Amino acid sequence: MSSLSGNVWLSGFSNWTARIGMFLKFAKNFNWGRFSVISVPYLWLAIFFFIPFLVVFKISLSESAIAVPPYSDLLDFNLEEAYLNIKLNLGNYIYLWEDSFYLDAYLSSIKIAFFSTIFTLIVAFPIAYLIARSDQKYRGILLALVILPFWTSFLLRVYAWVGLLKKQGLVNEVLMSLGIINEPLTMLQTDFAVYIGIVYTYLPFMILPLYSALEKMDISLLEAAEDLGARPIQSFFMVTIPLAMPGIIAGCMLVFIPAVGEYVIPALLGGSDTLMIGRVLWDEFSLNRDWPMASAVATVMLVFLVLPIMLVRNKSGKDEAL
Amino acid sequence: MKRRSIFLNTSASLGFIFLYAPIISLIVYSFNESKLVTVWGGWSIKWYGELFKNDQIMDAAFLSLKIAFISATLAVVLGTMAGFALSRMGRFRGKLLFSGWVSAPLVMPEVITGLSLLLLFVALESAFGWPAGRGELTVIIAHTTFCLAYVAVIVQSRLVVLDDTLEEAAMDLGAKPSTLFFLVTLPLISPAIIAGWLLSFTLSLDDLVIASFVSGPGDSTLPMVIFSKVRLGVTPEVNALATLMIAIVAIGVVFAMLYMRKQNKMLAAAQE
Repeated sequence: MSSLSGNVWLSGFSNWTARIGMFLKFAKNFNWGRFSVISVPYLWLAIFFFIPFLVVFKISLSESAIAVPPYSDLLDFNLEEAYLNIKLNLGNYIYLWEDSFYLDAYLSSIKIAFFSTIFTLIVAFPIAYLIARSDQKYRGILLALVILPFWTSFLLRVYAWVGLLKKQGLVNEVLMSLGIINEPLTMLQTDFAVYIGIVYTYLPFMILPLYSALEKMDISLLEAAEDLGARPIQSFFMVTIPLAMPGIIAGCMLVFIPAVGEYVIPALLGGSDTLMIGRVLWDEFSLNRDWPMASAVATVMLVFLVLPIMLVRNKSGKDEAL
Repeated sequence: MKRRSIFLNTSASLGFIFLYAPIISLIVYSFNESKLVTVWGGWSIKWYGELFKNDQIMDAAFLSLKIAFISATLAVVLGTMAGFALSRMGRFRGKLLFSGWVSAPLVMPEVITGLSLLLLFVALESAFGWPAGRGELTVIIAHTTFCLAYVAVIVQSRLVVLDDTLEEAAMDLGAKPSTLFFLVTLPLISPAIIAGWLLSFTLSLDDLVIASFVSGPGDSTLPMVIFSKVRLGVTPEVNALATLMIAIVAIGVVFAMLYMRKQNKMLAAAQE
């Protein structure tokens, strides 16, 4: 390339050719493999994960309209008169705040997600503890037993509880034949069933991070506590729990965040009075066809969840499922 | 000490019963002769026959299997690249943001992901005319996106614990980056890639919420059909379907674990 720059005929282009030459040299030395390995998934996630949130935010500021798609345009271009009109409609957010239905739905989702997270922790802890303290050769099998349900269909596992919890279901039959109750209990279509469903489906996400925290724990610390006169219950709360804290936090976030937005569990197990925001969003979208309102509901939910999501970012325990 | 371990064993056993009782009850009831789930009418495999005669379920099952196969494959390619970028490529511009985007889909409530993707597809269609309408393609894109995150996390966690001396040796011997990747790194992380593919496949096969948002009117996936049937009431065919799916998954998981165990043993032997 540089030999060309001496050519009289091409002297006018010498600047150009030098630039092209520099570019080619850069292109040759540039690590295309590295660049594409990073940029292809990066671009994919930008387009199909990040930009969608911006679209949701944009549409939450538009008005519902009887059209295809069912919302008004935010931007109004007029080239001839050279104006750009931006209409921001905060009406959806105002409505969200003023109508107590939405606020109740958010609070009730957070309440249900919070208590189910606590229950999940209580059920998961003994299992994780037992696996972490069991003999090395049984650990793999016990862990596999925890992971196996996680690999089977979530929808079908929730559906299984419909059969167990209904009036003539297995749980009522067993309780009645044992003489514990005389009449079948109403369990399906109550908040109780929703709690069972959430604890059940998210249990592995709690057990695995707890297990990995407990497994790293040094047993001699418990012995030291005992030597110093701590009762088992004391050393549990003052040694085991603090050491398991990273696992507890990771597990709680992995259960709490998806549980807040849960749709399938309240739809199949909950009653008509079980108010959860995921269900409200779904109904707003599919029954009322009010896409801007559904977007506003989603935006507010996302704002609520940003902090817990950031917390979980580098502590994801789901990878330990494998 | 003794008393506490009895308490621990009891509560852990109850936990395992809690995990498996619903699954076992599904399997048992799938062999129930009676249409009423509450009445035991004797053993029968008639619901399996009904299942295979039900065109709606069968069509949906084929559509779901196809979507799951394509999405899992795409997710493995993109997810392996992402996991590799995050663990083997040092620093690059926007890495923090990228790692956030990779892990966030794992916990993002499905209703948000589904709604946001649908609105994106609608906006893209009105701006560029692509994707024309919604259906198989949009479901595949949506599933690839969230499965990619799972694969990336699995591949990344495998690469982090992997001893990089083998890769260094290959580099010292003059292997080009692409040769190094395909001949050394890829075989070493193949258990993670297989696990990632299988997980993506099952996640895609199982997804109800996101698919309901982004699929078109004619393209009902298997979970969508199951969901509408279950909401209508008693469905013994669904029990049969559930049992088949559980059996397939159980066999798959057992094989995957045996394979990974073998791989790990070989690795351990090679490193000694």
